Amino acid sequence: MLTTPEYRILAALAAVRLLLVPAYSSTDFEVHRNWMAITHSLPLGKWYQDETSEWTLDYPPLFAWFEWCLSQVAVYIDPQMVQLESLNFSSNACIVFQRSSVMVSELVLVFAVAYACRRASEEKRMLMYLLILGSPSLLLVDHIHFQYNGMLLGLLLWSITWIREGQHIAGSIAFAVLVNMKHLYACLAPVYLIYLLRHYCRGPKAVQRFVALGAAVVAVCGVSFGPFIGAGQLPQILGRLFPFGRGLCHAYWAANFWALYSCADKALAVILPRLGLPVTAPEAYMTGGLVQVTHFAVLPSPSPSITLLLVLLALLPCLFSLWRRPRPESFLPAAVYACLCSFMFGYHVHEKAILMVTVPMALAAAESQWDARQYFVLSTVAHVALMPLLFTEQEYPIKVLMVLLHTAVAYWMLCRAVNTKASTLLSKQQQAYLWGFAPLEIYCAAVHPLMFVSKLPFLPLLLTSVYSALGLSFCWLQMAACWLPRYSLSTHAHVQ
Amino acid sequence: MLMIDKQSAVISCIVICGSALLTRFTVSLHPYSGFGVAPHYGDYEAQRHWMEVTVHLPASEWYVDSKSNNLSYWGLDYPPLSGYQSWLFGQAIHSIEPDAVALHFSHGYESPHSKFLMRLTVIASDILVFFPAVLLCLRVFGGGKTVQEKQWWLLVVLLQPAALLIDHGHFQYNTISLGFAAGAAGVIAAGHHCWGSMLFCLSLNHKQMSMYYAPAFFAHLLGKCLQKPSMTQQVLGVAKLGLVVVATFAVCWAPFLATPGGALQMLNRLVPVKRGLYEDYVANFWCVTSPMFKWRRVYTQQALVTMCAGASLLAALPSMIHQILSPSPRGLLMGMANSALAFFLFSYQVHEKSILLALLPVTLLAFDQPVVAAWLPVWAAFSMYPLLKKDGLHIAYLACLLLWLAVAAPPSSLRSGQQSAVQTGHAYTQSTGSRRLCPRVAARFTGVSGQQLLHYASLLSLLPAASIHVGQCFVQPPARLMHLYDAAYVSLSFAHIFAIAVYLNISQWSLSSSFVSQTHSKRS
Repeated sequence: MLTTPEYRILAALAAVRLLLVPAYSSTDFEVHRNWMAITHSLPLGKWYQDETSEWTLDYPPLFAWFEWCLSQVAVYIDPQMVQLESLNFSSNACIVFQRSSVMVSELVLVFAVAYACRRASEEKRMLMYLLILGSPSLLLVDHIHFQYNGMLLGLLLWSITWIREGQHIAGSIAFAVLVNMKHLYACLAPVYLIYLLRHYCRGPKAVQRFVALGAAVVAVCGVSFGPFIGAGQLPQILGRLFPFGRGLCHAYWAANFWALYSCADKALAVILPRLGLPVTAPEAYMTGGLVQVTHFAVLPSPSPSITLLLVLLALLPCLFSLWRRPRPESFLPAAVYACLCSFMFGYHVHEKAILMVTVPMALAAAESQWDARQYFVLSTVAHVALMPLLFTEQEYPIKVLMVLLHTAVAYWMLCRAVNTKASTLLSKQQQAYLWGFAPLEIYCAAVHPLMFVSKLPFLPLLLTSVYSALGLSFCWLQMAACWLPRYSLSTHAHVQ
Repeated sequence: MLMIDKQSAVISCIVICGSALLTRFTVSLHPYSGFGVAPHYGDYEAQRHWMEVTVHLPASEWYVDSKSNNLSYWGLDYPPLSGYQSWLFGQAIHSIEPDAVALHFSHGYESPHSKFLMRLTVIASDILVFFPAVLLCLRVFGGGKTVQEKQWWLLVVLLQPAALLIDHGHFQYNTISLGFAAGAAGVIAAGHHCWGSMLFCLSLNHKQMSMYYAPAFFAHLLGKCLQKPSMTQQVLGVAKLGLVVVATFAVCWAPFLATPGGALQMLNRLVPVKRGLYEDYVANFWCVTSPMFKWRRVYTQQALVTMCAGASLLAALPSMIHQILSPSPRGLLMGMANSALAFFLFSYQVHEKSILLALLPVTLLAFDQPVVAAWLPVWAAFSMYPLLKKDGLHIAYLACLLLWLAVAAPPSSLRSGQQSAVQTGHAYTQSTGSRRLCPRVAARFTGVSGQQLLHYASLLSLLPAASIHVGQCFVQPPARLMHLYDAAYVSLSFAHIFAIAVYLNISQWSLSSSFVSQTHSKRS
């Protein structure tokens, strides 16, 4: 029997992942199988051109190489898996292999957490394992829905930890690799740029350091894009990486600002005609479950450039504060804030992107009562907001129990870690807000299907998105306020 | 460290029960026995078929061979309570997905929705019967223990891998009969003999396998009756219990007693003497020794049945005598474990799943035998691996064992054999009797406590098990010895189960000496 607490918690979490192997998996399972097939069966020049399947390769080249590595093993497990023509192939061997690849690649995250907390107390390490590796969001998205976020978030944590500890080149290389695996992480680039410029590239060796950093990043990008530029594939890749025909909101609205915006637009579209003002609105626009560009009925429709501008505007106080005081303790909060801003205001944000916020944020969750409170509210909202991702009946009790149990244990352990009584960690309003999720879920799961049967199918999703968006917006406002200059006199450590 | 107050103790109990539920739901995702294996399928189809039979046919026809219900296709061969349970769940499924239990037309019916419903019925019976019984036992047997020890005990009882894999993977309803048996043990230990007897009769009426516990309950209750001061009170005590047993049986068998010969037909189904000495591979004495001595060739079936009955009763006799002489709550659990192990090792037509009967009292004894409680479940699951592999449950097996490795290590306070406070009230004393066996010998030589020595020994015993698993993945057995691996599984498991049975029998006897000495010390 395992007696070391760390090994026990890791074994238990591994057991949960193994038990989830036969669970429902989304089309992302076929996506990754197809990418293994593409990279295995086709020459480099055709990777970003192939359209045998609708799930074309749309991640940067390093991720394609990762899929290529997987395919080298997959061919021995089940050769049919890596055939291009095996559309929607899912033999038992294929399922076990792909699920295992997610678990094995997640070791990057396990070691990242272990490394980041290697000097912390055992209790703190156990808390981190529970908060990060035991997070229901990670389990729901990676091990049920099927994605490789664990590995990518591990890389992010390695990068952040290295930069915090002063190993800037290593951290930059890790970040460059990360962006070349999933370009979504490029939202962190302003933070990295400003911090490294102001913290690392100064003093007598400023120019050499700048050149070294630049060379490292360019080298990584070169390794990644080089072969494809040589094959003349760059425009094709860029077209695949930035598909702007997808619409502002995903089929299921991420709980961000645009969810509130769309809800307001829908409300106005209903109210204004009653007041006598004409409104043209196609039926079930934005809520038809389709991924397409739609125009709002009443409010102006933002273009991708507008959303980018808003993200940068939201990020400005943080960048300004980093420019003036580029301290290592501010790096992690800045990175978390940058991810949150891009989640709140970005174009076509998936609800899964909230993982980019909650996982790094957990590293600092036990540092103070304020951090613990912020983390708990934000991560609980994230867990519940992700639940609609799974809509099958078999997984329903599993996802509900995972969220409830994790929330209870995380709350108890966080209170212990920051030495607070359970009743005083959250404010009354925060407690009321979080408890409000219970009636919401009861309505969505039980009352709505009974009352409306199959009418208004999007309403429960809309309500979940909007209610979660309210919570996340409030968290974002609180975190944004920390970066404003007039708050620098507060007792909050990282802004001083 | 913040003190754990009563509120957080309750919350941690709820969290542990919630985690146990979550584990059950996730194990339920895995395949069941006989999935897609036409024409007979497996235990899942058997249960579904019983729902079909009990919902559509009147009770008087449940045990009668007919076109819709006969032994060639999963005839109902469990006692009436199983029938009522099938009827109840069958009605529920009939109201949601009637095709799943349609008479005649639903043979081999398999759909994701009906699988979910069937799995829900097992989990529902867990929640309604097993969990309350376990919590009752925690209350009764957990007096004087720290919160951490109680948390560990609850995890051990609720997350036992063999039960999870059989009930929620392979698909069975052992949880109901085991729940009633556990409830009976708890209630009797708390002093309410009549209610406890009733609960045990309910367990017996759900699955006749609970007969394995009968010697222990009989001996304990007889011992308690004999402790009464006067002869008349003793006779009255026995009579009261007898009345309760008869009444419970009468209520359960009522629909079948109405028709003449109905009870006989049921008994015919319940006691399958026509079947063999053992089926497939099971880690008991007869199967493991059969390569060396061909029992089935040498003796007739009648002789074998008698031999098995004799051997089982002989093996269970020491623990029975102990309980008649000095009954105690912990002795009852020990008796249950020893009796179940005796019957598992020596009885006729034993299934590999029957080890679950021994596992229940052993895990309930976790406070006193922490190392055995942590290790028998591993060997029980290991012994069932051939069956689980056939069902496609090998990933679930690995996961459940991994989870067990994570939770089963006893807290240090139990491992080092520290004595907890003596609990008054129900005279449930914490004695060091069971720890006296190894500690004196071992401590003299190594300076390590007995429990710790057992702990290290059991860690070492993992190696052969792991090597058999690894070997099976990579090395093919020769054509002459096709069942080499199956034989290896049961032989290795038999060795450990037999050793544990011997150890528990000796421990039960050392219970009484310490009990006697404690009562002496209380008087003096």
